[in-house]
Amino acid sequence: MDRRRFLQGAAAVGISGSLGCASTGAVPSKGRVVVIGGGYGGATAAKYTRLFSGGAIDVTLVEPNAAFVSCPISNLVIGGTKTLADLTTGYDALTSKHGVKRVRDSVVGIDATGKTVKLASGDTLAYDKLVVSPGIDLMYDRIEGLQAANAGGQVLQAWKAGPETVALRAQLEAMPDGGVYAITIPEAPYRCPPGPYERACQVASYFKRAKPRSKVLILDANQDVTSKGPLFKRVWAEQYKGIVEYRPQHNAIQVDARAKAVKFDVQQDVKADVLNVLPPMRAGSIAVQSGLANVNSRWCNVDYQTFEATAMKDVHVIGDSIQIAPLMPKSGHMANSHAKVAAAAIVARLLGIEVNPVPMLTNTCYSFVDDKNVIHVASVHRYDADKKTFLTVPGSGGVSAAPSEVEGQYALSWARNIWADTLG
Amino acid sequence: MRTRYWAACLAAVPVLISAALAQDATALRTRGLAATCANCHGTDGRTQGETVPTLAGRDRELIASRLREFRDGKRPATVMHQLAKGYTEEQIDTLAAYFAALKN
Repeated sequence: MDRRRFLQGAAAVGISGSLGCASTGAVPSKGRVVVIGGGYGGATAAKYTRLFSGGAIDVTLVEPNAAFVSCPISNLVIGGTKTLADLTTGYDALTSKHGVKRVRDSVVGIDATGKTVKLASGDTLAYDKLVVSPGIDLMYDRIEGLQAANAGGQVLQAWKAGPETVALRAQLEAMPDGGVYAITIPEAPYRCPPGPYERACQVASYFKRAKPRSKVLILDANQDVTSKGPLFKRVWAEQYKGIVEYRPQHNAIQVDARAKAVKFDVQQDVKADVLNVLPPMRAGSIAVQSGLANVNSRWCNVDYQTFEATAMKDVHVIGDSIQIAPLMPKSGHMANSHAKVAAAAIVARLLGIEVNPVPMLTNTCYSFVDDKNVIHVASVHRYDADKKTFLTVPGSGGVSAAPSEVEGQYALSWARNIWADTLG
Repeated sequence: MRTRYWAACLAAVPVLISAALAQDATALRTRGLAATCANCHGTDGRTQGETVPTLAGRDRELIASRLREFRDGKRPATVMHQLAKGYTEEQIDTLAAYFAALKN
């Protein structure tokens, strides 16, 4: 073990940005990694596989979108204080700084025996290790009428940041004062546990300053607020008194786009001027279709030490698609953390060294309760070899005491840093 | 296409001969541990913006003592007092040594 030599090397790598295409020079390629999906998980896995291997492993990232659009911070677009451009980062630095090869395409099939992936274009890519980070799919078919209502633009989800985020903002702007915005929340687990409650705050903040007679209705399939509950409830009771109403145990089963109504399995129907329906979620389609999603055909079981899928050898699944460990949220920060553990395990195996027996994960989720004040939840997770899962480190983690502008500054700093850590 | 790709890479990216291959399991573990800080403090502790401190190149003792002060509730924080409790004494020393050895 020669830590000093390594550290000097690591510093040199840091200065140059990366070793880039080192496999053409003194370092022969130690393997080929293909990464499916350029979100918080996939882009980080691509970058860190290059960093951790000193450029010795070839990495190809397959992503259909031209640029990364962040879901975190996207509720501020709906609140009206950020634009989609503020959340958008290109993929160029992954190639220019880190030597990641990019293919703008989608993967339509995985051959785990032949170790290739098939692209929508018809091409195939061979891999030694595959990283699958497809995010979530929305299960529109679980709510009658939702598929058509969404396709017609009447009932939006805006849960994948992009055109729908902007469209939902436009619906709120067009809504007359005195109208009702309703958001339905599916049963956990879903992407970004505090996200729907943050969104409710953002819409309420907009109503308070622009349409003060309007209301925000939160219709939650869960028994109670799933994240930062006491903090959100205090904000609704104090800052948004008379604007926000929270109703638990409201499991949406049908939407009527024309009547702008939602039906629930038990509770009474609700009508709203702007309906924002979040259906149940599952792993991204490639994970489901390839058989990686072996938990109720929804989520992918993984060996948490390496994030290798239990369904397929040499295939690692990270991010929102996995079956979560206890107290592990489906968040962008967590996906970035998964990616680093998976990248380190892949590098260790391809270079023939021991895999870290106790990998660590961190998570910090910030929520904007208005345009400036923020609350957080944070956690630290350590792999437990006996229980073969990640557990939160006893005594660590927690939530804010109260919303604050200081945390608002930290939230924006967090976004800037994690975008750079993922893509820069 | 492949040839063009490599040619483009060679032109665009410096090739370091003294490759920092993370062949050592402990070194790789250290980099993995340090990467748990990067989400907020930037890759290898090189921070974007002014809000969160840069870690790369900071004094080893300073990094270690700050982490322990956060952990022990002796230094006020928004989130670090909660995160610092997740790391062992040895991990704090490892992180401090790693970031101190990097150039900012």
